[in-house]
Amino acid sequence: MQPAQEEQPADSPVVASSRTVDIAVSLLLLALAGLLAFDNWRTGLSWDSTGPQAGYFPFYLSLILAASSVYGIVKELAARQSEPFVRREQLRRVLQVFAPTLAFCLLMQWLGLYVASFLLVAGFMIWVGRIAVWKSLVTALVFSVAMFVTFDIAFDVIMPKGPLEALLGF
Amino acid sequence: MEAFHLLMYGFGVLLTWKTLALMMLGLVLGIFVGVLPGLGGPNGVAILLPLTFTMDPTSAIVMLSCIYWGALFGGAITSILFNIPGEAWSVATTFDGYPMAQQGKAAEALTAAFTSSFIGSLVAVLLITFLAPGIASFALRFGPPEFFSVYLLTFCSFVGLGREEKHKTLISMSLGLLLAGVGMDTVSGQLRMTFGWSELFRGINFLVAVIGLFGISEILLTMEERLALRGHAASISLRVVLKVWKEMPRYWITLLRSAVIGCWLGITPGGAIAASFMGYNLAKRFSKDKESFGKGRIEGVFAPETAAHASGTSALLPMLALGIPGSGTAAILLGGLMVWGLNPGPLLFVEHKNFVWGLIASMYLGNVVGLILVLSTVPIFAAVLRVPFAAIAPMIVVSCAIGAFAIQNAMFDVWLMLLFGIVGYVFKKIGIPLAPFTLALVLGNRAEDAFRLSMIGAAGDMRVFWSNGLVGSITTLALVLLFWPLLSALWQRLSGAHRAH
Repeated sequence: MQPAQEEQPADSPVVASSRTVDIAVSLLLLALAGLLAFDNWRTGLSWDSTGPQAGYFPFYLSLILAASSVYGIVKELAARQSEPFVRREQLRRVLQVFAPTLAFCLLMQWLGLYVASFLLVAGFMIWVGRIAVWKSLVTALVFSVAMFVTFDIAFDVIMPKGPLEALLGF
Repeated sequence: MEAFHLLMYGFGVLLTWKTLALMMLGLVLGIFVGVLPGLGGPNGVAILLPLTFTMDPTSAIVMLSCIYWGALFGGAITSILFNIPGEAWSVATTFDGYPMAQQGKAAEALTAAFTSSFIGSLVAVLLITFLAPGIASFALRFGPPEFFSVYLLTFCSFVGLGREEKHKTLISMSLGLLLAGVGMDTVSGQLRMTFGWSELFRGINFLVAVIGLFGISEILLTMEERLALRGHAASISLRVVLKVWKEMPRYWITLLRSAVIGCWLGITPGGAIAASFMGYNLAKRFSKDKESFGKGRIEGVFAPETAAHASGTSALLPMLALGIPGSGTAAILLGGLMVWGLNPGPLLFVEHKNFVWGLIASMYLGNVVGLILVLSTVPIFAAVLRVPFAAIAPMIVVSCAIGAFAIQNAMFDVWLMLLFGIVGYVFKKIGIPLAPFTLALVLGNRAEDAFRLSMIGAAGDMRVFWSNGLVGSITTLALVLLFWPLLSALWQRLSGAHRAH
């Protein structure tokens, strides 16, 4: 689903063009291909008594990856114009969801998944969604408890837990 | 007749209260994820997979496949009422479905969509019931070279027939195959591409990657687009349903044509999206009244929905019979099979009869129950779309994290999921297709094993891939498909030159 062009606020400055990102990604992939090719060469890519060694198959794959990346770089460099990859306005919205997600992953290591999920849902609804505080808190509480009951109790899928769950005796 | 007996046996496996309850739960969850913009079939199945980890495989696959059927049904609701395709293959449904809703005929359009979906799946399930056991027993005679040539065919057909730029498909596929190889080498037991990092010894889990690539990246994209939801309300009365059903037989050719296209493209990898467009375009081409398409014609809903569901369902045929998924969702179900300790492939039909026939029976039952369920509950699910996205987005993030963590009880996987979320977001925006990556990641190890076992068997002689008629023709077909764009360009130039003379 590509966004329709006319929906975007055209005045928002372009942060990066598709061409720049395309080339950057291809360079990264090329570096990765080089690294993996080296590692597989070290593992061994020739034949021994039992057939091809462990590095054989992935070594040639990294060559394919490298070749495709180089082709992509050349092609993009030859291209004249390019569409915007992301506008500042869009990037801001993407970060609005990415930053809380990152914080959530960090927090779940100490607070446990369910407390972190309460904070994420409530915080996101209040600050990003601008939804009434009491509605957000109730929704987050109901959601986190429902998740706990579904996964931990009903389906026996064990998630990281923190001090609160310890206090409640789970 | 044997298939019929086995099917009855499958229904016997299925008809317990617990399984039926899981089926209903799966359908409701499936419709729910199908309706939510930014989720949909593969994402929904991937996120909800952890629910099934502690179940026995039969209950688990029944629930998962019902999530899938539900998601397929749910996709039509958003396409028709909100003009937002829940899935790429629902795009063609919006062409005539949304205009119908604007004209106040939403109920007709929805009934048409659900019923034709049902017919499409039914045709595909019949195909599976009668063809899959035969193919599986034929494939029992396959050795490593045959399997490798089939894998090669799968990969090559993606490169040759995909609509994306070829080098991007190649990037996606080789990256998937490489990442599949990280960790312990299954043949020699050697560690590779881990750089001494102990978290990587386990390898990169396929499902973790899928949850990130589809779930997290989809949330990022949906936020970026800032969807404004303005939809039409709808409820379906029995009168409307009967009216549409009475009209339906008039369009039998369209239905049949779409079902056949769908089944064919579903079995070939990556076909569901193409199937829905092809179904729509052919219905338009063969219609006497081409102009009325796109303006709210009921045939324009029948055609793509039948094709999309026929292909979505028949994508499970190669997965069951050969262990090669025909679509992204089928690939995730295949990943599930491995988690439950089953080894996908032709032996499944011999060693796990309960599982296979329970699944096939659940396709029949799930579709009938799903049809009744969606027809009666559309207003409830349409209301789901009015829940603000700011409430839904964090909940999806939490579900993704639970899914990623639960697979191996590892925090590292949660970080990996986040990384794949960014990768998916960037790849989608610069046009690197994700389906070949998914397929390569799930099949990579098996393809490599097949290759190396063939090489060991043949003492390194590549001619083993042409050693008999079967393996030779599959390998040749694979190479033809790989170079298909070049070959067809060459052919056009030659015939053009010929005409010029």
